[in-house]
Amino acid sequence: MTGDFFAPQGKIKIIKGRCISLIGDDIDTDRIIPARFLKCVTFDSLGSAVFEDDRKDLKGKHPFDLTINKNSSILIVNSNFGCGSSREHAPQALLRWGIRAIIGESFAEIFYSNCVAIGIPCFTMDKISINTIQEKSEKGLIFDIDISKAEARTSESKFKLEIKSSSRNMFLSGEWDATSTLLNNSSLIEEKIKQLPYVQLNEDFSK
Amino acid sequence: MSQYTLFDKVWDLHKVADLPGGSSQIFIGLHLIHEVTSPQAFGALKDKNLNVKFPSRTVATVDHIVPTDNQSRPFKDILAEQMIDTLEKNCADHKIRFFNIGSGSQGIVHVVAPELGLTQPGMTIACGDSHTSTHGAFGSIAFGIGTSQVRDVLASQTLAMNKLKVRKIFCKNKLTDGVYAKDLVLHIINQLGVKAGVGYAYEFTGPAISELSMEERMTICNMSIEGGARCGYINPDETTFNYIKEKKCSPKNQNWHLAVKWWKSLVSEENAIYDDEIIIDAAKVEPTVTWGITPGQSVGINQKIPELNDLSKDDQFIAGEAYEYMGFNPGQKIKNTPIDVCFIGSCTNGRISDLRVASKIVKGNRVAPHIKAFVVPGSEKVAKEAIHEGLDEIFKQAGFQWREPGCSMCLAMNPDKLKGNQISASSSNRNFKGRQGSPNGRTLLMSPAMVAAAAISGKVCDVRDFLKK
Ligand code: SF4
Repeated sequence: MTGDFFAPQGKIKIIKGRCISLIGDDIDTDRIIPARFLKCVTFDSLGSAVFEDDRKDLKGKHPFDLTINKNSSILIVNSNFGCGSSREHAPQALLRWGIRAIIGESFAEIFYSNCVAIGIPCFTMDKISINTIQEKSEKGLIFDIDISKAEARTSESKFKLEIKSSSRNMFLSGEWDATSTLLNNSSLIEEKIKQLPYVQLNEDFSK
Repeated sequence: MSQYTLFDKVWDLHKVADLPGGSSQIFIGLHLIHEVTSPQAFGALKDKNLNVKFPSRTVATVDHIVPTDNQSRPFKDILAEQMIDTLEKNCADHKIRFFNIGSGSQGIVHVVAPELGLTQPGMTIACGDSHTSTHGAFGSIAFGIGTSQVRDVLASQTLAMNKLKVRKIFCKNKLTDGVYAKDLVLHIINQLGVKAGVGYAYEFTGPAISELSMEERMTICNMSIEGGARCGYINPDETTFNYIKEKKCSPKNQNWHLAVKWWKSLVSEENAIYDDEIIIDAAKVEPTVTWGITPGQSVGINQKIPELNDLSKDDQFIAGEAYEYMGFNPGQKIKNTPIDVCFIGSCTNGRISDLRVASKIVKGNRVAPHIKAFVVPGSEKVAKEAIHEGLDEIFKQAGFQWREPGCSMCLAMNPDKLKGNQISASSSNRNFKGRQGSPNGRTLLMSPAMVAAAAISGKVCDVRDFLKK
């Protein structure tokens, strides 16, 4: 886990770091960050609580507690990662622990869009490649991820990654931090609200 | 003739622009907020020096952290108090309507918005909560978002999104006696799997769906997310219109007729093109109970917990984890599993019709001696109506505790929690490891009628045996 926390900012093109493997399908957001940690009005303190119950259970043997993974930043997971609740606390906790990119077989939808919204690129790969990488990362594997080429390089080999083209463009342009892009269309938004039938028909809506 | 689904029509109507990256900018007609996922969003607005663009399109209530035994302020839990206090301030600062405790309209956000008539066909609805899919029951496109997206909706009333594909889930025939909407949706998730819905909106249709009341339809759409679908919807019909009519925030007089006419025009065309279609036979659904740690791991009440070999390769890993966590053996019967706690409530099954059904099972019976059983109405309105009908007395006389509205033990961010490895029979929606507040607590999801029956008999049983009596 890195000491000082720097939130991702602007264009994201290259991510370099050590891989950390977390094995299991359907790992839900309640496991990533149990509900009791949601009692907070900022995300600041979530990093140390990531996977708290699973880690307690494994008494030091959880990947997030192993010394070799201490400074890892690229998480390798299996299928349907992040299913369940919409809590952004889950990717925020991962981010604050030190995760900067995730590679997996598949992701749950809201989790994926939360990751995009906070600047964590998520890539997919087939099961067999994931399993290979998970094995290797247990012995220490460093990836150089090039987002525009959608590939991960090591000193010896290259892996092809999949990423939705809209997400890729958003990371490369910095548009993932969406607020200002959306506000660029302010006049279109004002026009749109006038066109919506239900806005016209609902005189009691704001009561 | 057009070949559009309701989803296509509502999406097109709300599209503001195509964004440079390739996604679409979508207008959000109704934005619902609560205390857990909004404070950081308001914080971010402040950091960026931004205002709420259309405060009248956002509505707030408080549900996740509220205690259900004693709601007097300040709450005993100072963190919970801090959260409600922050929401109160944010709503006051930005002139956002807030249905606070004691307002008569507070409750679980997905119970509150429909009962106020805020949820209407043809809207786009977003909320920082995955069960926002509930509102799709009215023929709206409703989905959960994260906190950064809550910030974006507050600031711009829009979101950057990719269009979803649509899967038609045609439910043929009808549900049989003692089998409810909850059983049907658990069955659908079991059949399709918990990740099949990723990238899809689910359109639920067919005779078994048309038959359902609005509250039952909400149960179905509520759990779309448990099947991986961010959004689920049902085409609006007379049942929908009758439910909305005369609600506090619904269109009135001449506008009502115009609204109904417009709503009818939104329905998916007969020859609409879907990305996928599947058929479910509702008549074959039994009362259904989960045995594992995902909502897809369920069986009919008379079936056995599957053996590893009965499952597809993809499902075996998580099944192994589930046997171990739950302490169940493959091949074991689910019927007669002893229960410790019974919970009736949540945005899935905490509405008035759920309490009515459960009270019929409970009436004149006693909760089994070792069981802790409690009922948590989904909102202040539900509570009021239930009390008016005397349902609270029926539950209390049988030995249930009657609580104040809130999310309660659905996620246990409040004092209602399982202890140790207790097993609960729950009418909620998630049986994830640790979901109900104890890191090794165990949850069996089922219909509220089945929870009521389990409370009386002290173990998992077939509610149909109670109905015969
Ligand atoms: S009742 Fe449960 S699922 Fe519904 S909003 Fe509350 S915590 Fe979420």
